[in-house]
Amino acid sequence: MKPVFHKSRLIFWGAVAIVFLLLPYGFSGGFALSMASQMGIAIIFALSYNMLLGQTGLLSFGHAVYFGLGAFMTAHAINWVGDGRIWWPITFMPLVGGLTGMLFGLVLGFVTTRRAGTPFAMISLGIAEMVAASALMFTTFFGGEGGIATDRTFGGELFGISYGPQIEVFYLIAGWCLVGMIGMFAITQTPLGRMANAVRDNPERAKFVGYNPTRVRWLMMTLAGFFAGMAGSLATINYEIVTAETLGLVASGNVVLMAFIGGIGHFWGPIVGAVFVTYLQSALSTYTQAWLLYFGLLFLIIILFSPGGMANLVTLHKPALRAHLMKRLLPSYALAAATGALMLTGFVALIELLYSHGGGDLVSLFGLEVDTSSTLTWIVPVALFVVGIALFRWALKFVRRAWDEITPQLQASGVV
Amino acid sequence: MSAATETAMASGRVSLSLQDVRKSFGRTEIINGVSLDIANGERHAVIGPNGAGKSTLFNLISGRFHVSSGRIELRGEDITNLEPHVINRKGLSRSFQITNIFPRMTVYENVRCAVLWSLGYKYSFWNRVGGLRDAAQRTDEVVELIGMQERRERLAGVLTYAEQRALEIGVTIATGPDVVLLDEPTAGMSHSETDEAVELIRKVTTGKTLIMVEHDMGVVFDLADRISVLVYGEVIATGTPEQIRGNKAVQEAYLGTEQD
Repeated sequence: MKPVFHKSRLIFWGAVAIVFLLLPYGFSGGFALSMASQMGIAIIFALSYNMLLGQTGLLSFGHAVYFGLGAFMTAHAINWVGDGRIWWPITFMPLVGGLTGMLFGLVLGFVTTRRAGTPFAMISLGIAEMVAASALMFTTFFGGEGGIATDRTFGGELFGISYGPQIEVFYLIAGWCLVGMIGMFAITQTPLGRMANAVRDNPERAKFVGYNPTRVRWLMMTLAGFFAGMAGSLATINYEIVTAETLGLVASGNVVLMAFIGGIGHFWGPIVGAVFVTYLQSALSTYTQAWLLYFGLLFLIIILFSPGGMANLVTLHKPALRAHLMKRLLPSYALAAATGALMLTGFVALIELLYSHGGGDLVSLFGLEVDTSSTLTWIVPVALFVVGIALFRWALKFVRRAWDEITPQLQASGVV
Repeated sequence: MSAATETAMASGRVSLSLQDVRKSFGRTEIINGVSLDIANGERHAVIGPNGAGKSTLFNLISGRFHVSSGRIELRGEDITNLEPHVINRKGLSRSFQITNIFPRMTVYENVRCAVLWSLGYKYSFWNRVGGLRDAAQRTDEVVELIGMQERRERLAGVLTYAEQRALEIGVTIATGPDVVLLDEPTAGMSHSETDEAVELIRKVTTGKTLIMVEHDMGVVFDLADRISVLVYGEVIATGTPEQIRGNKAVQEAYLGTEQD
């Protein structure tokens, strides 16, 4: 058999491994470390979701089911280790979660993958609702409203690793994240991975080259279940508690957002999305209570203006970069960014004013104390917003013009 | 069974056999009892006016539709109402009247998708597809056969119409079938494109059984060993090109004369 990876890919993954290794030295404080741990979990989860959406064309609204079931199984497994009923090191606990997710992917996928498109999306939603309801009904396994608590140090020390300190958990997550990324990337390069793309693009034709589209979807679902369960397992180890929310619809919706914001058309799109969304959720929520609104708006803007997500913005500029024509675009981008910032400032100020309006006359806005009873307080943000919109639209003209100018050159140089 | 069919049958094994195949959608009978035997290695054309049921017949043979009654055999094996992918694995491959390829994949990847199953890779998620030498070799052969070496890295969706038609044939034969069904392979092509397509079809179906639906009579008389004429879901005549040319009923059907 030939080696699975090219030399260049080995170097690439090696570089990722080194980055993971050095990451904790790049920042200080528990907050950053716990956020990095969350990102690692989110990356695996979002990538596993994109095995369905991006690669097989299955829009699932219930992917947290596999994540959550893997998480619950792991919590029980750790507790059993604590009771001395079984022996299994924490380091390999993600395999328990993975196999759980895989098993449920196999069983539930048998039902869901019989249809694609809208019926699949609806069935996945139904299954998610069903499992979420079960989680509150079967309290022995799911622990009811309180969930299942556990202690990752139950396994005791192994090779001097107790998983007490967060840094050890971070390295555990980083390690499995790397394994997951490599594994999921490798799957895209296999006959099944390629036929998943074929089934996504044209299931009818796939049948007439000998492939059963239902079987391809089912297998992809099973494999995606494995990685989702693995991510869930790491979440259990990280938080030491699992509740019914873990497999709920909000969690399922969240991974859809991550994948779309990052970009479902590229393998690394969901990675970007997972990192970005996790950051927003942790960081933005410390600045403002209205963060969910901004988050929703961001999602809207990306779907409307860059349906391919953040990854698509990069691929869009690749030809210009290669042809050394970025310098022609950048001035118009700078103008758009400046006017956009003006518009955004007005908008954010308005939202924040409205949001905290009930709380009294004096509110803090961008570090300033402003009086909500004064008309000026309201006029300034509205003016900023309106003028910002006008200027932004004007700036977009330059962006369009710059693109129109370089397009013939790009075509002539043959990079498009 | 006509005399011509019997001679064809006597000269070789039966490759594909339809026995009183019927198909109705609701109360409308589209295929009205078609029986047809096609010999191994034969090039057989199905002609007939629009709405005669030619494409429906292909859809029944290839498993896209289920028959209402009747039996279809491939090399003596019953394939009636099997799933399309199962029929394909048994060695029957078809093309489509409206180009049906993987538009977001390159020419090379399109063809490679079609060779994977026949080489036994099935649903493998443990082989790296780029490292499969036999798949690469077979894909290269097919890409060269359809004359698209220079287009191999192009996305199928941006090819010209004639190129897409050629790729359609490439994907069809890449699964390594013994029986090839081509549904109007030259539809919408210019004269020179049609000539090239005929040469391509001749080349890629060497040693295989070919059944094609075609409207261009030049192509039909050029390529076919035998012709069947389908009118209102019934085969009104089957025979060599000469026999069909001289057939009264066929002339009437094509000229639109009322039958007595």
